[in-house]
Amino acid sequence: MKNLDELRKLRKKAQKNIKLRSQDAKIKIVVGMGTSGIAAGAREVLNAFVNEINDKNLDDVLVTQTGEKGMSSQEPIVEIHEEGKPKVIYGEMDPEKVKKVVEQHIQNNKVVEEFVVAVEE
Amino acid sequence: MAQRLNVLVCSGASCLSSGSIDVKDALIEEIENNGLEEEIKIIETGCMGPCELGPVILVYPDEILYKKVKKEDVKDIVEQHFLKGRPVERLLYKSTETEKLIKKHEEIDYFKKQKKIVLRNCGMIDPESIEEYIALDGYEALGKALTEMNKEKVLKEIETSGLRGRGGAGFPTHLKWKFTKDADGDKKYVVCNADEGDPGAFMDRSVIEGDPHTVIEGMAIAAYVIGADMGYIYVRAEYPLAIERLRKAIKDAKEYGFLGENIFESGFNFDLEVRIGAGAFVCGEETALIHSIEGKRGTPRPRPPYPSVEGLWGKPTNLNNVETYANVRHIILKGGNWFSKIGTESSKGTKVFALSGDITNTGLAEVPMGTTIKELIYDIGGGAPEGKTIKAVQLGGPSGGCITHEYFDTPIDYESLTELGAMMGSGGVIAMSEDTCMVNTAKFFLDFNTFESCGKCTPCRVGLKQMYVILDRITKGEGETGDIDRLVELGENIKKTALCGLGQTAPNPVLSTIRYFRNEYRQHIEEKKCQAMVCTDLLTYYIEPDKCKACTLCAQNCPVDVIEGERGVVHEIQQEGCIKCGNCYDVCPFDAVVKTTGEF
Amino acid sequence: MKKEEILRNYEKRKDNLLYILHDFQDMNPYNYVTDDDMQLIADYLGLPYSKVYGTASFYSMISEKPRGKHIIRLCDSPPCHLMGSVDILDVLKDELGIKVGETTPDMTFTLEKTACLGVCGVAPVMMVDEEIYGNLTPKKVKKIIADYKEGKK
Repeated sequence: MKNLDELRKLRKKAQKNIKLRSQDAKIKIVVGMGTSGIAAGAREVLNAFVNEINDKNLDDVLVTQTGEKGMSSQEPIVEIHEEGKPKVIYGEMDPEKVKKVVEQHIQNNKVVEEFVVAVEE
Repeated sequence: MAQRLNVLVCSGASCLSSGSIDVKDALIEEIENNGLEEEIKIIETGCMGPCELGPVILVYPDEILYKKVKKEDVKDIVEQHFLKGRPVERLLYKSTETEKLIKKHEEIDYFKKQKKIVLRNCGMIDPESIEEYIALDGYEALGKALTEMNKEKVLKEIETSGLRGRGGAGFPTHLKWKFTKDADGDKKYVVCNADEGDPGAFMDRSVIEGDPHTVIEGMAIAAYVIGADMGYIYVRAEYPLAIERLRKAIKDAKEYGFLGENIFESGFNFDLEVRIGAGAFVCGEETALIHSIEGKRGTPRPRPPYPSVEGLWGKPTNLNNVETYANVRHIILKGGNWFSKIGTESSKGTKVFALSGDITNTGLAEVPMGTTIKELIYDIGGGAPEGKTIKAVQLGGPSGGCITHEYFDTPIDYESLTELGAMMGSGGVIAMSEDTCMVNTAKFFLDFNTFESCGKCTPCRVGLKQMYVILDRITKGEGETGDIDRLVELGENIKKTALCGLGQTAPNPVLSTIRYFRNEYRQHIEEKKCQAMVCTDLLTYYIEPDKCKACTLCAQNCPVDVIEGERGVVHEIQQEGCIKCGNCYDVCPFDAVVKTTGEF
Repeated sequence: MKKEEILRNYEKRKDNLLYILHDFQDMNPYNYVTDDDMQLIADYLGLPYSKVYGTASFYSMISEKPRGKHIIRLCDSPPCHLMGSVDILDVLKDELGIKVGETTPDMTFTLEKTACLGVCGVAPVMMVDEEIYGNLTPKKVKKIIADYKEGKK
């Protein structure tokens, strides 16, 4: 290690591997992974989110999963949690829609209205 | 395919001995069977803390903690949680207060009340991966110290922080460093005391096993300030896993250039070696430790001169405890001011405690100085198990003393504990319930100290033995009037005249139990009574004629055949031959055998 | 590895004494250091035999008497004591038929008591060679002994 800069570069690389364990995430994406969700394709949605977030190096975004949400007809369901903002719930998601949500909502702060099924305060 | 889950499997020595390897192997297999290898990463970490709940698994980013996991549970975890997002309820922690299941590990009281500085990485990272250490700010402090700060500035930060030695004595760290820095010598050393011999203490082991680089970094920074280019970490031989992890960490640190020559191109050279003990508690004393590294018998010598001036091979040596070094990099990164805001006026920062004995949540806990004993024992420790009450806690191991429940509101800091006749010590906290006999416990610690005495000085070698003989008589029902005074006189004399810390503190458990539990001593001596029913020679077993059904079960199980009676004839125990083994008491199905103490 | 090879691994420095003793002991199937070993080490390091013997006898983990193939070290410190290590000791003495400090006639097991092993969270605890076993119950202990007897470990 020649100097602090070199160390910091190595750190950034290493941090990607440990990102899942860091506890400061500004935005949390929660994918409903109940049986109906999975049957509707929630796993592909989950993986699509994970890949998009990774490819775009979005540091303070976390993707996690949860059980049955109840809205089976709208599966796969994805909730976007952001502190100080109402919870946005997207329905009938698929990997294509994931790309749009990441670019428009996560990166540019504009809710993708046509995918929304509910908003909770 | 990017990862979406990190599964942390605690691989501290406690969980390892509870079978965490089988759990890990089962996880690997099940994840492969389900084709999830790319998405889910399994990481073996150091001790997470709650040893009682082991084997422990922590799932991120969900932050869900699973306790007492067996390899048979893994299938459910993978199928229900990893694939379907439903945490497995039966493995979740159940709060003893609210009876509710708690998923998130930070909501569990045990974790909620802790402030982790020293243990920050333990249970979070793979201790064998230097990259993970680097990811969480590893070696940034060393780089900063070497390239942006001069030695005086680093020393100043340590001074501002108020850091005091965590090995037990609480000597101001910056002063020790300063003395060694200023001492005359063509060669200087830094040494880390990892000979954690206190019974009930496993903080240092957990830090070395869970986050070895933090110690390496701390030592390197100390070496820079002092002007040393060589360091040794002395680890007791009873910690083979810690030794292995440390050796690997040193090897990796060398490869990455954090050890060796011209570190961070600053001109600073530093090399580090592991040295192993061989089963001698006294080698935890700094001068004995130095002698052991030199290949000699681990006997202490009088001080002054202190190791700072004349230590290893006669050269100035800075000797600190594992936990002390583990705090250093955080102070350099966040500043001495930040550190000094945590804790009390006299004792800054946090302290890692190891909870054991009659307590629900055994394991490690790191709390800010000033936390009360009550909070440590009850909020974090969960109190005594199964409806018992904690009557005292032993702090400081065989050098420390006990603190009774009347004083549980005492905030934990160096001075307030010494006032009570106890000692912070290295951090071992042993909880004792009403089933513990304080006289027997004092005898226990004294026996330990007597055995571990190096034998060099008379007060310790002979004096402790004399104290032990008196205590032994008392527990065997042969106590005499005046014994308590004899113990106190002997004890206080030894404290003043013994050569090293071992002898000087060995009488503490006895003196402290006499101070707070004089009544138990008196009962043993005058009434031949052991309230806690521990001292076998003071117990009497007899059969209550009304309850005896004459089934002969007790007689059959008596190893010395002293129970008279046959079918239909009420049994009787012949007291002269009874060895008080308690077998009859254990086997009687009618509760007819009574265990009692005192004059019969 | 032969004795000369072990010595050659170390510089002729007095502070290597403890490590050489450890290595000699580990190499010996009876887990001890012989008088001849100590003389060899003394000659190599340029020390009097008495110094080597004095150091070896100081440390409880080095033995100058032959021991069994497997060394069982039961922790007898307060936390383990409180959690019932005395009962475990009784079971061990029963199963092995020996007292503390003794070795079974077939030289398989030696029973020793040890100071705190630092895993108090899972007391009572024992160490067999370098493996640590916690949360001991009489049943578990019997199984562990049986496994070692059958060579499963």
